[in-house]
Formats: sequence, C-alpha cells, structure tokens
Amino acid sequence: MSQPVQRADPEDIEAELFVRALQQRHGYDFSGYAPASLKRRLQSVVQSGGYENLSALIGRVLRDDALVPQIVAGLSVPVSEMFRNPSVFAVLRQEVFPILASYPRINIWQAGCAHGEEVYSLAILLEEAGLYERSQIYATDFSDAALARAQEGIFPIKEARVYSENYQAAGGQRSLADYYHARYERIKLDDKLKRHIHFANHNLTADGVFCEAHLILCRNVLIYFNNQLQNQVLGLFRDSLVRGGFLCLGNRESLDFAPAAAAFTAIDAKARVFRLASRG
Amino acid sequence: MPRRASFGWPAVAEAPSAVVVGASAGGVHALGTLLAGMSPSICCPLIVVCHTGSEDVEMLRDVLALKSALPVQEAQERHMPRPGIAHLAPAGYHLLMEVDGCFALSVDDRVCYSRPAIDVLFESAAAVHHARLIAVVLTGANHDGAAGLKTIRRAGGLAIVQSPADAIAAAMPEAAIRIAGADHILPLAGIAPLLNSLCLP
Repeated sequence: MSQPVQRADPEDIEAELFVRALQQRHGYDFSGYAPASLKRRLQSVVQSGGYENLSALIGRVLRDDALVPQIVAGLSVPVSEMFRNPSVFAVLRQEVFPILASYPRINIWQAGCAHGEEVYSLAILLEEAGLYERSQIYATDFSDAALARAQEGIFPIKEARVYSENYQAAGGQRSLADYYHARYERIKLDDKLKRHIHFANHNLTADGVFCEAHLILCRNVLIYFNNQLQNQVLGLFRDSLVRGGFLCLGNRESLDFAPAAAAFTAIDAKARVFRLASRG
Repeated sequence: MPRRASFGWPAVAEAPSAVVVGASAGGVHALGTLLAGMSPSICCPLIVVCHTGSEDVEMLRDVLALKSALPVQEAQERHMPRPGIAHLAPAGYHLLMEVDGCFALSVDDRVCYSRPAIDVLFESAAAVHHARLIAVVLTGANHDGAAGLKTIRRAGGLAIVQSPADAIAAAMPEAAIRIAGADHILPLAGIAPLLNSLCLP
C-alpha cells in the first residue's frame, strides 16, 4: 500500500522561484539562507509592498530594477540595539581589548552592521579604553540602504533608555548621553565616533577576504544561514583573521555543525567569543 | 496516486511528531503543572515558547525542571528536537522549526510585542509537521499564538486550548478560540493526560 504523497506547499515553490529570480537577474544569492526565516521575511516583504502574493513580486522583480534595494533591505540583517547583551561587550572590554592593546594598529570588522547600533557601541568602548586612535573599524553590510542608515547614526529617542542601561551594564565609564545629541524624537550620535569607521558594502555570501582583522564581530547573522553557508562564512572569517585574532558571534549561535569551527577556541563560551588557534 | 487533501492529512493520522506549546502571563505556573503531568515515554518532543521578559531563559528552565516529569532544555539552533524532552525557546530570539525538522533562531522584529513569539514557532512548525502537529495555547494576556494556531489547524494539526475560565490570564486562550477555534478546550489539569494519550507509543 502506498503512503500519502506529501506535495510541496505553494509558498515553498514560490520562495524557490523568487530566490532563483533574484540570483539570476540581480546577482543576490539567498539560496544558502535557512528557509524558515527567509520565508517569513519574504511574506513580510510581500505584505508591506501590498502584493497579492510572492508570485506577483517575482514578476515585478524580474523587470523592475528599482525595486531591488528595497527588497534586499527587507531581507537583510535586522536592526539591533546599542550594547545588546551588555555582558558580551564587558567580555570584549575585559578579555579582548587588553590583547588588542598589544598591536600598533587594530583592525576590526563588523560583518552585517545593519543600522550601526553595535559598531558605534564598539567605537565608544574603544575610545574609553584609549585604543580608538589606532583602530580601524570596517562596518559592512550587503544592503546599501542599511549602510546609509548606519552612516547617519540616528536612532529613535525611545530606544535611548535601553541603550543607556546596556551601556552601563557593559561597563561604560561615562554617561551615554555624552555621545549623542537628542532632538525631537531622535538621538544623533557624535560624528567624531565615525572618524575610524569605514562603512562598505560586502556580501558574506559572495565576497571574499578584504582585510587582516584582529577582531571580527558578526552577531546573529549566521543564524539566518544554512549549515553549509554558515561553514563557508566561518571559513572566510578564519582566513580574514590574524593568528590569535578574535571572533564574536551571537549569544545562542551553535557551531556544532560547522567543520570550520575547529580552527577556533572558545575563550568565553557563554559570550560566544572565540580565538583563532592557527591559520587553517 | 493518493494525495493529501488541501486541509491536511487524513484524520487517521500517524502518531504526532511534535507538540508545540505557547504560554504568557501565568505561564510559569501553567507550564509547571503541564510538564509535571507529562509521561516521560511520550513519542515526540515538546517545544515551548513562554514570554518571560527576562534576558535569560535559564531561570525558567530551572524552575520548570523542578516540577517537570520531562527533562527541560533550552532549544539549540541547528539541533534536532528529541522525543520526551521539553525544549524551551531561548530569551530574545524567535524559535522556528526548519524544514528539516531542526531548530532555527531569528532576531527579526517582535511579533505581538514578543520575541520569542508563539505565532512564529507555531507557523513554522505547521509547515514542517502538518497534521502530525499538536499545539497547546495556555494562559496569557495578549493574543500571541492565535494566528499560528489557525495556520496549524489549516494544515490539519490538532489544537488544544486551556479553558479561559481556568486560566490565570484569559485573553490569550480566548483569542485562540475566537480566531483559530480549538479541537479541545480543557482546564489545565486535563491537558497533560490528553497529550499523554495522544503521544504515547
């Protein structure tokens, strides 16, 4: 007796076709993304754009290049908060910065910077540790819209209280308000914080090594990738780090299925801070 | 060729492959009671989203572990849920079921002001487990879980909702019943025995 045949869901088929259309027509490859979250994000792009369904969006995306930045922004790294998971920033300050201090020049790469919440957090902590003048931070994202927002350094004022609490919990030495101006409903971070940040477009799924980094921050980005792409990007991080360089991932990321993780040793497993043992 | 009807598998479904549970206000107490009544020999995993607002799920895990008849663990991304284990969504992340059955996490926007959100777990689980999914909505003061429960029922899954009158906060089970409907509406004390009878091998 034959088993009931489980037929593919129309939305799964549409998602596959959409991924293929975006890749073949525009060069953005989402085929290594974990399907469950990608599907949700596609649904939200469809809803916010007022399309009848994903098939309707496929038709548009094939012919209307102007739509692409908006779609890419909808599928890119979500917004974070300043000093998110303050204990992680405390670990960076206490465990990682003292070792970075031994280098004459410090290169830091934040991969997937979204609107810049974490890159400014890092700049503030480096400033307070007296390391910022010899630091260069590369803040990258594959969404130009996100990079433009990140460069502005403007955030809603309603977030300021949480940011301040996080900053204090991370061991900040001053008041976060020293670093921003509040106006109307928004806060704007001090432009001086940007003096060693270089914002650049980089796509983790397609682009290669571009710097020799002493620290790479990539928090809650790889969770959106399937095991194979996660492993590929960990390999890219390994190849981009100096010997003994540091990697900081999101608090709940698992490396259990990534062979490339063998190159890293956890220095704080809870904070997901790793160190490159040797060049692989 | 036999084919699956659009509303799901035939009613003579195989054994359930997962139980998903959502709880909010009053959830710690309700989950404690539910897990205390579960049989450790159930044939499928239990996957739980509980809104706590705390930065860590460890306290919830430890509190529940004191009462639970099942081992209570935090769900780990990329890992497969295991039968007879209660897996908790980590704090600050949405917990999803991936198409291969493994756990996935996201930090996408809050849904119903919540992350983890019950709707996100429920909707992703429906796409994987179809009619072999059982969903439970417990006490809570918002409407998270209702939309997800509707998706689960449409995919042929079974919906169990705590009786609003029996819940510490009635809004969430009420919303679930209003928006999705339910196959069973039961007081808390009746839910574990029903799950055991549905999930024993």
